[in-house]
Amino acid sequence: MNIEELEQIAESVRLENAKFDHEINVCMGTGCLSQHSDKLRDALTAAAKASDKNAFVRRTGCMGLCAAGPLVLIDPEETLYQHVNASHAEEVVASLGGKPVAALQCDLREHFDQQVHVVLENSGHIDPEKIDDYIARDGYQALVKALTEMEPNDVIKQITESGLRGRGGGGYPTGLKWGMVAKAGHDLKYVICNGDEGDPGAFMDRSVLESDPHRVLEGMAIAAYAVGASKGYVYVRAEYPLAVARLTNCLREARRRGLLGNNICNTPFAFDVEIRLGAGAFVCGEETALIASIQGQRGTPKPRPPYPAVSGLWGKPTLINNVETFANVAPIIRKGGKWFASLGTEKSKGTKVFAITGKITNTGLVEVPMGMTLRQIIEGIGGGVPDGHTFKAVQTGGPSGGCIPNEFLDIEVSYESLIQVGSMMGSGGMIVMDDTSCMVNVARFFLEFVMTESCGKCIPCRAGTAQMHTMLTRICAGSGTMDDLELLVDLCGTIKETSLCGLGQTAPNPVLSTLRYFKNEYIEHIVHKRCPAGVCDIQAPAAAHVDVEVLV
Amino acid sequence: MTTVAVDVKTLVIDGQNVSARAGQTILEVARENSIDIPTLCHLDGLSDVGACRLCVVEIKGNNKLLPACVATVEEGMEVTTTTERLTKHRRTILELLFAERNHICSVCVSNGHCELQSLAQSQGLTHVRLPYRNPQLAVDASHERFTIDHNRCILCTRCVRVCAEIEGAHVWDVMGRGIDSMIISDLHEEWGKSSCTRCGKCVQVCPTGALFDKSKIGSDHPKYPDFLPYLNLMREAQ
Repeated sequence: MNIEELEQIAESVRLENAKFDHEINVCMGTGCLSQHSDKLRDALTAAAKASDKNAFVRRTGCMGLCAAGPLVLIDPEETLYQHVNASHAEEVVASLGGKPVAALQCDLREHFDQQVHVVLENSGHIDPEKIDDYIARDGYQALVKALTEMEPNDVIKQITESGLRGRGGGGYPTGLKWGMVAKAGHDLKYVICNGDEGDPGAFMDRSVLESDPHRVLEGMAIAAYAVGASKGYVYVRAEYPLAVARLTNCLREARRRGLLGNNICNTPFAFDVEIRLGAGAFVCGEETALIASIQGQRGTPKPRPPYPAVSGLWGKPTLINNVETFANVAPIIRKGGKWFASLGTEKSKGTKVFAITGKITNTGLVEVPMGMTLRQIIEGIGGGVPDGHTFKAVQTGGPSGGCIPNEFLDIEVSYESLIQVGSMMGSGGMIVMDDTSCMVNVARFFLEFVMTESCGKCIPCRAGTAQMHTMLTRICAGSGTMDDLELLVDLCGTIKETSLCGLGQTAPNPVLSTLRYFKNEYIEHIVHKRCPAGVCDIQAPAAAHVDVEVLV
Repeated sequence: MTTVAVDVKTLVIDGQNVSARAGQTILEVARENSIDIPTLCHLDGLSDVGACRLCVVEIKGNNKLLPACVATVEEGMEVTTTTERLTKHRRTILELLFAERNHICSVCVSNGHCELQSLAQSQGLTHVRLPYRNPQLAVDASHERFTIDHNRCILCTRCVRVCAEIEGAHVWDVMGRGIDSMIISDLHEEWGKSSCTRCGKCVQVCPTGALFDKSKIGSDHPKYPDFLPYLNLMREAQ
């Protein structure tokens, strides 16, 4: 495979597409599929065949607005339809070339215009399982360019220059990580793609793997070339069957095209990828636990150092990056590190995909440049809190992150700024909460999550999160005391500072951040035996005449 | 005469200048110099897992606390093993352990010979602020010589490691996760029906009264884990 051959494939796809006047793109991501978009596609195909319109139907990946699914996008008109079902098929096909079906039309200019798509540039536009579709949109050009025109060091230089940082949560500079693995002297190295996305309310990686799997494979192959690895693993949750099925298919296609395997692009470079399924343990997103899991062992973390870059899978130097990180690689190599660095803030470059869920009008996936304010994301792109309720807080970073209240909505989204306000970037989950959410209950929910997901290896995390959960449950039930609160803060400190891995070290964050901004809610529960949001079921009668001043 | 190049590091532990070979852990070097760092899951002769977190120490210039049992020495390192912050964390960790299952010393077979009990004394733990969880766990007495009382288990995994690494039988392992983690024999068989070789190493290395010799019930039950380094030494010599 070389650039000319890629161009030929792209050209033939373009010619094929040009035969039709209209393209009907049907979203077949997990969200829309759950609303039977597969039946919709069949109905649309049948309707298109039966009509005199010259149109073809394409299955695509996620278009972003998951709550409005099933979504249908008509090209070249760029008409977006929402909540389409099979009974609308004939109507939609009949309207082609004429006036769009007004009842189904989704007009959310503001939602889409403010986004910048790098990772999601192909999502919703290509058939994820057709490698030719991907190639027609400049796919695999970056790999061919890296292999034929660049030295491994040049690749790393471009990544470093781009300022790309790990999208899995930690934000470690990707170029630095690649450099470390490249320098590790060993003839056998591994590249691992971490697709063990486990944060409640987060589905960025799933979407990328479902909508544009070749992009991830291309990123991994480029990384393997840069660090000198010959074998890759994609570690993905078994709960993502669609992503696994599409990825499996794409691996086969890529091998058939000679883009994986031996002598890729007629160079000595060899690289192949295997899929490993995770059984759904949150802790296996931690890199040392993930490695243990791939090796067939119990998924528990190990103390670092040694870092995987030095001694990882089977004791060999291993590069581990998140799905979204790998998805950023191909555009960087294609357009240059400088181009990527021109997006975002001084220390956080590029774009970030967020999964916005909770009490928000436009639930779904968005990609925005770093540096956009939380308010722009939530009120502008997300459409704000629905049903006349008022915004209370946004939870970012999953169970490791924290809740950010209204007064900080104008901060720019970057790794540093989110940590400053007591949360973190995390993998990109964003849960919006309104005045009907009880913050103590939210903290209890996240503690329950980390308690059940703790691997049980180290004591602070294993027993500490269980104790914290007991206390929070007591506070929610109205039987907590101010001593409990003090003890809770004390435990937070010990768990944060002494836990073995990131799961434990960040487990107290939901409690610490809600205590920082919503302490009054804790006090309401404890002193007045009352849940301000009306969520917690407090049976005890309100204590009479408690001197709040003294207790607080 | 042949000389072997040894990479020597010098560092400071608790204000004391010490020297070490590269690759040694902070714990090893500290103990060589009679500086005590409390440990529980560590045992000389077994691999380290860094699970109990009692040996965490402060390193100058590093915000994070490092477990001394696995952190290796570096040139110029300044280690502090006892500070107010560390003592507070160690006590809280011990409290968490005491409250996790059932550790009533007065009715425990290991009373007076228990590492958890000794640590509580040496760390000045006077009371436990946390509620006792007291889960109702099984006692497996199916083995002809030994008993495992899960209520006393602190999941240090010394038994797992000694069985896998020294005896080579790998009878013990961990089941479940989080607060529900349990030590099991084979694939959750009764100990008496498992592939146990009856060597009794796990009983000797168990720091608490979780694993004990049936014949010692009601009498003093000291344990002797010191055989491990000796055994390793003799095996290396062969």
